Amino acid sequence: MEQIAIDIPRLLFLAFAGIAVVAAFNLILQRNPIYSALSLIVTLCVMAALFLLLNAPFIAVIQIVVYAGAIMVLFVFVIMLLNIREEESKIDRQKYLKWLAAPMFLALLAQVFAVIRYVDTTPPSIPSANAPGGNPAESLGTVESIANAMFTTYVLPFEATSVLILMAIVGSMLLAKRDSKQDIERIETALDAEQAEQEQAHLAAEKSNKEVAA
Amino acid sequence: MKEYLPILIVFIFVAGFAVTNVILAYLIGQHKNTRAKLMPYECGMDPVGTARQRFSVKFYLVAMLFILFDIEAIFLVPWAVVFKDLIYKLSKPFVFIEMMIFIAVLFIGYIYSWRKGLFEWNRA
Amino acid sequence: MSSILESIDFYFILESLIKIAIVFVIGLLSPVGMNWVERRTLALIQNRLGPNRVGPFGLLQSIADGIKFVFKEDIIPLAANRWLYTLAPIVMVIPAFMVTIVYPFGPEIDLPFIGPTKMYVTNFNVGLLYVLAMTSLGVYGIILAGWGSNSKYSLLGGLRSSAQVISYELSLSLALVGAMLQSGSLDLVKIVENQSGWGGMQWHIFMFQPLGFIIYLISAIAETNRVPFDLPEAETELVGGFHTEYSSSLKFAMLFMAEYVNMLTVAVLATVVFLGGWNGPFVKDFPVLGLLYFFIKISFFMFLYIWLRGTLPRFRYDQLMNFGWKVLLPLALINIVISAVIGLIVY
Repeated sequence: MEQIAIDIPRLLFLAFAGIAVVAAFNLILQRNPIYSALSLIVTLCVMAALFLLLNAPFIAVIQIVVYAGAIMVLFVFVIMLLNIREEESKIDRQKYLKWLAAPMFLALLAQVFAVIRYVDTTPPSIPSANAPGGNPAESLGTVESIANAMFTTYVLPFEATSVLILMAIVGSMLLAKRDSKQDIERIETALDAEQAEQEQAHLAAEKSNKEVAA
Repeated sequence: MKEYLPILIVFIFVAGFAVTNVILAYLIGQHKNTRAKLMPYECGMDPVGTARQRFSVKFYLVAMLFILFDIEAIFLVPWAVVFKDLIYKLSKPFVFIEMMIFIAVLFIGYIYSWRKGLFEWNRA
Repeated sequence: MSSILESIDFYFILESLIKIAIVFVIGLLSPVGMNWVERRTLALIQNRLGPNRVGPFGLLQSIADGIKFVFKEDIIPLAANRWLYTLAPIVMVIPAFMVTIVYPFGPEIDLPFIGPTKMYVTNFNVGLLYVLAMTSLGVYGIILAGWGSNSKYSLLGGLRSSAQVISYELSLSLALVGAMLQSGSLDLVKIVENQSGWGGMQWHIFMFQPLGFIIYLISAIAETNRVPFDLPEAETELVGGFHTEYSSSLKFAMLFMAEYVNMLTVAVLATVVFLGGWNGPFVKDFPVLGLLYFFIKISFFMFLYIWLRGTLPRFRYDQLMNFGWKVLLPLALINIVISAVIGLIVY
């Protein structure tokens, strides 16, 4: 077996990877969804650190801006919006899922090991990814190298992304709009009922007052 | 790579500072709890109902749209950074138009959500 | 083991540690100083005296307040979620202070006894995005404080605040894109160096970003929850917003500190990206002047904050959200298109 050199990046990798795994386990073990969301945020931030170790600062920052800073805000909002407290017992009814989860986890684990063991890990060379000036290893993973690739070689996927985002905008509008309309109707009917009740009570009180007076 | 090391150092530094502060706050201050002191603040009255209420779906929509436009902004950033380089490497109109198409498509989404009344806060 | 020791650059770590300590102290003391200036200036605007008893001109007032924070009773409301309530100040302080390491205070200066030293802790390829990423993490402190307190005022304040912060963060980052077109880099030091032409006056605000600067300024004020966008802590309706339940203990001090450091950060960003950072006349010959210019520019923004607070009334919430989404966002997009067209013509 070959000697594995211990250096700082490797130690940092082990530390961050450990935190990521612990936080990910915490994510599924917590009963309170807010704690789960927080664990996920920790996992995402540590993943950003791992990207940094892989010499991909741009991806690392994007990981934080988009995942930890935007998508998780939505998650937390939804948890607060729906006011979910503890996991409801509904989950317990789907116990058979547990038997599905274990083999799937094993399959995933096997896949990861297979990738580590058999796949060629030397990074593919992307000619356009090398920013002008500086050596390729330094400039790989920076904003410039990613942008150079994205806006020359991969223009079409990039433009397609805009359509994807557009669809997401329309979709979220449709979903939320329908909900809010129903909500308003429900609130209005509830308010009407309450008002009617109060009027009834008011009338009854007046009636009894009159009776007392009489 | 080493220019990123200060991020880790400052994180440890600040996290230590923050946690020390919280512990200090617990240790130094006195603890004389009374019922009124531990009650949620509601202008001196006993709290009415629960604070865990559901709130307007608007906030959810804002967060949703924020994600989508944030992703757009993230795409704009690398384009802006290499703009000067690319207009020499490729043709000027190409670099300009590829991003204008992107912005235009998303502007359709923006106008759509405006027309759907998403930005009308006084309407429910 | 020896291989580990060899791979560590001790000199670099020591240098960063010292610099981080200095920047950290600046970050700690700036709320103290800014708070004093704010109270005195507001008093001046409102025709009253302001703090003037503790020390000469009341200079020690903020320090006295700071000491008081330490000795105050630390209350955790019974209804609150203990963990989240305690976590919120920590979560708020960490990203706020983590940004301070990329503040470019000045150029490389030849210090006596030490030699040429860079006047910043570090700079890297994605510096500007790093600042934005950290600010976007700051929103969790607000959400956790608001929700964890389990009080109606806190929840409403936290909710409003987070929706406001994320809405204006959009126009903030889009306003910066125009300047990125001009500078061609995200490295804060490179952005500053890009503005050193014209004898140190070739700032991005003059180089075709006046609109971007205005959009940035407005979004920055909203992002930091200051007047006229201080809806989240509108005293008259929400008592104290998301920090209503934080009695004046060290936890409150941390929330307070984080807010002031965030103000400093957006001011630094405005200075670096639009106002040329440390650049100014004669900086090339006397680099020390750079520090002075940087300080003056930051002070201008701090004064602006106070000035606005002394003059303007508060927005209504619907006005605030409408303004962000209907005016600033399209304006920022238009600014990008204009900048690109100018770029096509000029370069």
